[in-house]
Amino acid sequence: MTLQAFLLLAAALFCVGLYGALSQQSVVMLMMGLELMINGIVVAAAGFWHRVSPGAPDGQVLVLVAITVMALEMAMGFAVVTALFRTRDVDMTDDAGDLKG
Amino acid sequence: MTVLFWVLAVAAVASGAAVFAVGSMARATFALLASFLCVGGELLLAGLHYLGVLVVLMMIMEMLVMAVFMVMYMMNPAGLMPMSMVHNRRGALAVAGGTFAVLVAGIVAIPWPARRGGPPHDPAFALGQAIMGPKMLVMMVIGIAILATMIATVVLATRTGRYGEDGAR
Repeated sequence: MTLQAFLLLAAALFCVGLYGALSQQSVVMLMMGLELMINGIVVAAAGFWHRVSPGAPDGQVLVLVAITVMALEMAMGFAVVTALFRTRDVDMTDDAGDLKG
Repeated sequence: MTVLFWVLAVAAVASGAAVFAVGSMARATFALLASFLCVGGELLLAGLHYLGVLVVLMMIMEMLVMAVFMVMYMMNPAGLMPMSMVHNRRGALAVAGGTFAVLVAGIVAIPWPARRGGPPHDPAFALGQAIMGPKMLVMMVIGIAILATMIATVVLATRTGRYGEDGAR
């Protein structure tokens, strides 16, 4: 379990999530992509803690922050989907492009 | 140990990819859950027992909530018809592949620092001491962020909105 192994896994998870976040039309599937990206960050932080400085708690604190971000992202995402669905009956990203520049 | 790491790693990435490949939302949710469980296992392997168990428990709950939302909002939650709901698939694949190539190049090329110090006897204890001591600001910001999210989600999700019955839309 080298640092490179952890980071390779993190990069793979991040990029699979990036593909999902960019390509999915359904808002809920898009959020799944975002969750996978944060999942990669959790793995990278754990790898840095384990292989670079296990004596300091910084890596663990970063994992804790990433897990919190994951939960908050999902809560906010579902609240926005609920609001959007209630007012406009929309659950696809293509129908919610009001802010497109 | 190393073999288990790679088995879990391959399983995590494979089930992560399955999320966007399977034909139904419910299966996608459980594929994502499998990916999270594998990552929880990786944390356990790295010696982060508390955080590993936290990831496992939290993600099981989160994915069950997600499954409920699937059934609420999606037109095809059970996957009775094959579905494909993607836009700009080639562009997304190119961006994701390019990012992966850049990241791998960086991972291989960068001379990473050597390991300093050893893991504490009880990493969970060290984490608790850190967030209740020198890293307390992190814990306070997390707490306020969670509180703000709770208020914001309720305000967004209620039918009447911020200004009561008359102010709905």
